[in-house]
Amino acid sequence: MRKLRALWLRLRGVFGSERANRDFGAELESHVAMDIEDGMRAGLSREEARRRALIKLGGLEQAKIVHRERRGLPVLEAVGRDVAYGARVLRKNPGFAIVPILIIAIGIGANAALFTVVRSVLLRPLPFADPDRLVALYGQDDLKDPNSTNVVAAGDFYEWQKASQGFEHMAMWRWSGYNLSGDKDDLPEFLSAAYGSWNIFSTLGVQPALGRSFTAEDDRAGANRTVMLSWSLFRRRFNGDPSIVGKTIRLNSQLYTVIGVLPRWFTYPHRVVQLWVPYRLEESTQNVDSHFNHLGHVIARLKPGVSIEQATQQVNGIQHTLFLRYNNSGPVVPGVALQPLVNDVVHDVKTPLYVLMAAVGCLLLIACLNLSNLLVARAAARRKEIAIRTALGSSRMRLCREQLTESLLICITGGALGLLLAMWATRWLTTRWVNMPRADTVHPDGVVVGFAISITFLTGILSGLLPAMSATGRGVLSALQDASRTIGGSASRASLRKTLLTAEIALTVILLVCAGLLFKSFLRLRSADLGCRTDNVLTMKYFLRRPKYEKPEQIVAFYAGLLEKVRALPGVEAAGLTNVVPGDGQYGDTGISFPEHPPLAPGVHKFALFRTADPGYFAAMGIALIRGRVFTEDERGMTNDKYIVINQQFVREYFSNEDPIGMHVTAHWDSVEGDRYEVIGVVGDTLYALDRPVKSTMWFPILSGNPVQAVDTALVVHSRNDVTALAIPIQKLIAQMDPDLPVSRILTMDQIVGESTANSSFSATLVLAFAGLSLLLAAVGLYGVLSYLVTQRTTEIGIRIALGSGRSQLVRLVMLDGLRPAFVGLVMGIAGSIGATQLIRSVLYATRPLDAVVYVSVTVTLLLAAAAACLVPAWRATRVDPIQALRAE
Amino acid sequence: MGNKADVWQGTLALMVLKTLEAMGPLHGYGIARRIEQTSGDLLSLNYGTLYPALLKLEQEGYVRSSWGASENNRRAKYYELTSAGRKQVKKETADWEQTTAILDRFLSPAEEA
Repeated sequence: MRKLRALWLRLRGVFGSERANRDFGAELESHVAMDIEDGMRAGLSREEARRRALIKLGGLEQAKIVHRERRGLPVLEAVGRDVAYGARVLRKNPGFAIVPILIIAIGIGANAALFTVVRSVLLRPLPFADPDRLVALYGQDDLKDPNSTNVVAAGDFYEWQKASQGFEHMAMWRWSGYNLSGDKDDLPEFLSAAYGSWNIFSTLGVQPALGRSFTAEDDRAGANRTVMLSWSLFRRRFNGDPSIVGKTIRLNSQLYTVIGVLPRWFTYPHRVVQLWVPYRLEESTQNVDSHFNHLGHVIARLKPGVSIEQATQQVNGIQHTLFLRYNNSGPVVPGVALQPLVNDVVHDVKTPLYVLMAAVGCLLLIACLNLSNLLVARAAARRKEIAIRTALGSSRMRLCREQLTESLLICITGGALGLLLAMWATRWLTTRWVNMPRADTVHPDGVVVGFAISITFLTGILSGLLPAMSATGRGVLSALQDASRTIGGSASRASLRKTLLTAEIALTVILLVCAGLLFKSFLRLRSADLGCRTDNVLTMKYFLRRPKYEKPEQIVAFYAGLLEKVRALPGVEAAGLTNVVPGDGQYGDTGISFPEHPPLAPGVHKFALFRTADPGYFAAMGIALIRGRVFTEDERGMTNDKYIVINQQFVREYFSNEDPIGMHVTAHWDSVEGDRYEVIGVVGDTLYALDRPVKSTMWFPILSGNPVQAVDTALVVHSRNDVTALAIPIQKLIAQMDPDLPVSRILTMDQIVGESTANSSFSATLVLAFAGLSLLLAAVGLYGVLSYLVTQRTTEIGIRIALGSGRSQLVRLVMLDGLRPAFVGLVMGIAGSIGATQLIRSVLYATRPLDAVVYVSVTVTLLLAAAAACLVPAWRATRVDPIQALRAE
Repeated sequence: MGNKADVWQGTLALMVLKTLEAMGPLHGYGIARRIEQTSGDLLSLNYGTLYPALLKLEQEGYVRSSWGASENNRRAKYYELTSAGRKQVKKETADWEQTTAILDRFLSPAEEA
């Protein structure tokens, strides 16, 4: 306690020492005076008495020094002096300080922000009990291709659950959605939901925040209808009133009892999931027993001590038996792949995030090299000062410390700014990034601050060390021996700067190449042709659900009525119905075979995407009819609905040598026999996802009113003018026809396309911005080095001019000096890029990692920037007045 | 300085405290003289080391100081014990006595060997 108090007083003593100095001076004075008086009383002369008094004291100054050291903290004071010195130097030259501070702030801010996101999204374990033992299980379509994963058929899942030994729990869920109809005046809304096997929450180790979880009793066909709510739905729709537990809500016009509410933090598998219902309660018996209908996501908790490899082997053993037993009658996956659940959750963002992290790391390194370069230049300008101080006995340690303090000051100021920047950038990143998993867990915390502080110091030390060593090393004193200006003495320092510059340029080139590739890939994606009209097309989705829409007539009546009313709206050019519009995802596919062809080999299965359309859909979407015809009003109801329209890819894949019109395709739905459909038309190819190749697709008549296949609807409306103005009138029409039917995903086609390019545009723009900044830094660095060299060589240049050297020769001399590091850096950078771009291969769309255009444009850009940076110093060299230059010596 | 002993590390503080306990408020020079006198002029005290020791005691809160007038009507800084200081004197005295007692056993001829 006493020690602490003393420490505190000493800390305070570091400041305000002026008064204390005077005070102690007075005390010593009175001490000496008293001693002298005593001495004189003993008969000494005044001088002798004073001499003895001072000897006894051990010297006035010495006493003061010892006292002062006790008053404050000498170590801290030395640091304080360095800091004060550094701050003074920087203040004297604010232009020099501000630019590197800003650069470092951006570098550290970007790194801290990315680190925050990477840590929260990729590195932090999932918020479940023992998350290391949680795994995701996927079917594998091709045993040789680890990327050929597929979702799981429920029949397989139940077999695995029954027969495998390595898991404590195994559970399954699948995507779904419900129309929640309101009480009283509440609007109906469509909610994304999931069917979960009853043990899904105990597998994850999650307790409901309110109420209870599902039991095995809830999870069977014909059980009482139960539902669990997400916290956000509970808060939003039910005002967070706990009495909702035990009450019923209306989903798809049927009553479900709310048995529990999930905790606020629970957002697995995605935060859009608002409802959970028991799997077997909702899924058709066919699907529950099927080994062919791949719909489910399986998660499991490994028993302690069981490795993923062991578990994989075990499940694959089971699956192999199933494959042999059933594959001849339908598509069964031959294998199963397991991976940690966290990988499964963050799969889509992992590479982009690491690419960004690498880019900002590069940026910081470049900023670091740039700062280092600047400091070397400054140290060069202060050679004399340092030489004199060395001559006067300043230790090298002390001088180095001063230099380091300076770079640390810059970095700490920059780091503090950067941390603020990071707070803002983190929020910006997570909101701009569409569908980032676990985005709600991204917050800067102590570890992030610690990370920022460590990289700040690391940056400061890295960028300060080299200049400090070189400035104070051997040969410091030569600055004093030289004439006032020197030619040879600075050569080694200039070459150090050139080396730093070469590294900087090499890194810049790598960044530029990666940015170029990402940008090109984005442009390709942006200009990818969906195969349909995208401007002035409005789409909205709704789902007709039993029991209200049980019979085909009810469904057809709704569709026909709606289309008629929508088409009558002023401004509507065309309208149509489908189940999912191009670019909006895979939705689903169906096994097919060809009655007129020789049968497929046993165990071989073919699939085509499953779509629906009304007669007006293709025209409304601007999808070209290639052959035959589209549906007519005749294909209405389930008596005359066995017709399909296929796309060109379908023809290429299955009817390449024959006229497809009039041929038949069997769609296997849930049975081996399936249903036969006649091909009536061929339409142009459309993409189901912007960044995926076209797939064979077949459209079924939506006006069949088939209560299984024709109830998910996307209404598309084309207008000549602003189509968004139609959104409200159409919603009102739907509300008039069925006030309980919610409409969702009201988007224009442009927005759907924008959604799928948003992230790639985002990361391409970011990396491009970083690369541009690096290029600027490199150019500034190059300019600085060359300007410095020209100044250093003024005398030499003056002599050359005096001896008759031409201007162009001089320009060449200086330019070559500057372009050499640029060339070397470029070559190294391109070599580095060839390796680095392999790592981003997986995020590139229709762009090869060795894209010649990108490499060439990077080379040209870099050389242009380098030449521009060299031009000014070169021009300045030609303006040197030989007489002035020589006289200045 | 003949055979005078230097002041052992750590004992100066106790000497200062003890002096202040015996003499009441006293200025630095007075404390120094008093220590020399008490030691029977056997100790050689570098007066310059006294002041950091006083400062340390003050920082630790065992003494406090204030300016006053000396016997010769000269301005001088007077030090006096605080109540914590008085307690500390007792504690350190006891500690020191115990230390010397232990050392005594080593140094005096063994009785029951």
